[in-house]
Amino acid sequence: MSVLTGGHSATDAARERTFGPLYSRNALAVVSRGLMAAKSSTWLILVSGFFEPVLYLVSMGVGLGPIVGTVAGPGGQEISYAAYIAPALLAVSAMNGAVYDSTWNVFFKMNFAKLYQGMLYTSLGPLDVAIGEIFLALLRGLLYATGFTAVMAVMGLITTPWAILVIPASVLIAFGFASFGMGITSFMKTFQQMDWINFFMLPMFLFSATFYPLTVYPQYIQWLIQAMPLWHGVELLRQISIGSFSPATAVHIAYYLVMIALGITLTTGRLRKLFLK
Amino acid sequence: MHNEATRSFSTSASFEMNPAAVITAENLTKSYGELTAVDGISFEVPAGESFGLLGPNGAGKSTTMKMIGGVSQRTSGKLSIMGLDPETHGPEVRAHLGVVPQQDNLDEELKVRENLIVYGRYFGLPLSYLRPKADELLEFAQLTDKARSRVDALSGGMKRRLTIARSLINEPKILLLDEPTTGLDPQARHILWDRLFRLKEQGVTLILTTHYMDEAEQLCDRLIVVDKGRIMAEGSPASLIREYSTREVLELRFGSERNSTIGVELAGIGERVETLPDRVLIYANDGEAALEQVSARRLRPLTSLVRRSSLEDVFLRLTGRSLVD
Repeated sequence: MSVLTGGHSATDAARERTFGPLYSRNALAVVSRGLMAAKSSTWLILVSGFFEPVLYLVSMGVGLGPIVGTVAGPGGQEISYAAYIAPALLAVSAMNGAVYDSTWNVFFKMNFAKLYQGMLYTSLGPLDVAIGEIFLALLRGLLYATGFTAVMAVMGLITTPWAILVIPASVLIAFGFASFGMGITSFMKTFQQMDWINFFMLPMFLFSATFYPLTVYPQYIQWLIQAMPLWHGVELLRQISIGSFSPATAVHIAYYLVMIALGITLTTGRLRKLFLK
Repeated sequence: MHNEATRSFSTSASFEMNPAAVITAENLTKSYGELTAVDGISFEVPAGESFGLLGPNGAGKSTTMKMIGGVSQRTSGKLSIMGLDPETHGPEVRAHLGVVPQQDNLDEELKVRENLIVYGRYFGLPLSYLRPKADELLEFAQLTDKARSRVDALSGGMKRRLTIARSLINEPKILLLDEPTTGLDPQARHILWDRLFRLKEQGVTLILTTHYMDEAEQLCDRLIVVDKGRIMAEGSPASLIREYSTREVLELRFGSERNSTIGVELAGIGERVETLPDRVLIYANDGEAALEQVSARRLRPLTSLVRRSSLEDVFLRLTGRSLVD
């Protein structure tokens, strides 16, 4: 038998594509690999990532909500406590899903499965790998966001058609975290270092105006939190969920667009440095 | 012995100058800080040749392979693969390459056949091409009945064959094999050699690193012996043996006590006497005659063996006998 006969046109065509030094327009191959791997992997992780914010919503919204009563929403109007924290939890969920995929998953693939080394010995460039992996993280974020929005609807927390826009906005938030997470992970060498990511994320989750307004803090703490990405995500989704928009909405979106651009630049540069040294 | 290192050279011109060469390296150098892993090596590989890089651990073989694949940036020198610089045209150069790395990096999250298909997708190949191609390669690697197995259920030899099958998915013009049979049992090695030989017959250029001399003799048309990042010798296995060794070797064992002192008493027999910790080697064109001379001196070895000189003798002579790690 001959390994080299037949199909020459297909391999020649693949070689005659236009290549860049870092990018071969083939991130789709990385995405389809991720989907194929997901088929045979455990769904438990996916499910747990979905339930975490739902459990928070049920316990805080249903349990704590009656004690708290109503609170002032973004436009100043009174909304139930559950409706106040639900979009914030959705932002947290988008962050968690994206960070999990772009940090722990990437860390494993980079250091143990040696997946990227294999990919970069093909005609894939580091940018293909980065875009593909980030897209997969977004896909997971999209699933979480859709599921959580459905739960919000079932709990009667959605009162305006604008609320459907929380789904694409969650993907934007996930994009910001995923593009940065992958770049940051490339610096990590040990599991201990990976724990720093949690060390950063937990306080951000608790203090980013997730459960109460920012105004409880002194001014300088407010500034600190407003510099953090999650606060912008929380505020953005909170505004969208009740259809109350302001110039700040654009600022929140711009924050994420900048974060995405910086994150992708960082990640591609790091992948190049790590694997094409 | 070395290629013409001084010849004028540019990436685009080299292809016209020697259209037969698929790889041209000129003064290729790679330093990691203080350490110089590859120290100015030059070689050319014509299309269809099976070319070996031999050397002890740390000689710079794998680093050279990585530079050819464009996944390691050279410090200085010139390198051209199919007329392209792998540093600036990485994805394009790799579209022509098949790579078998030193350690298998199969995708453990995918099944055996999926590994081939997905890897082909990385090259931008369509599924209509990949499906029949994957089946063909599974047959080539004798893994057809494992198509739906998990990768971690395969034996070492099977994984290696799958890695080689995977490297062929894009019908590469050049196949880079970094120690392809290290860690395999003899039977698995012979199966692999057979497969590689078939590829060679089909005109694939093989670039092979190994520290198994029998492997180099089996597979390489021509090879370079590398030590400490430099080329020590270059030629076909037979010509290297002619040049650096005698036709035959007489191996004598006197027991470890006497081995170290016996060298003096053997002086003058054959062309060269080499004392190893466990045995003494006498390089001679006629091993039997050398053995008779040993007997005539009333030296009684515990065991004696006359064998043909091999690439291993060349290798040990050129790279020294001390363990390098």
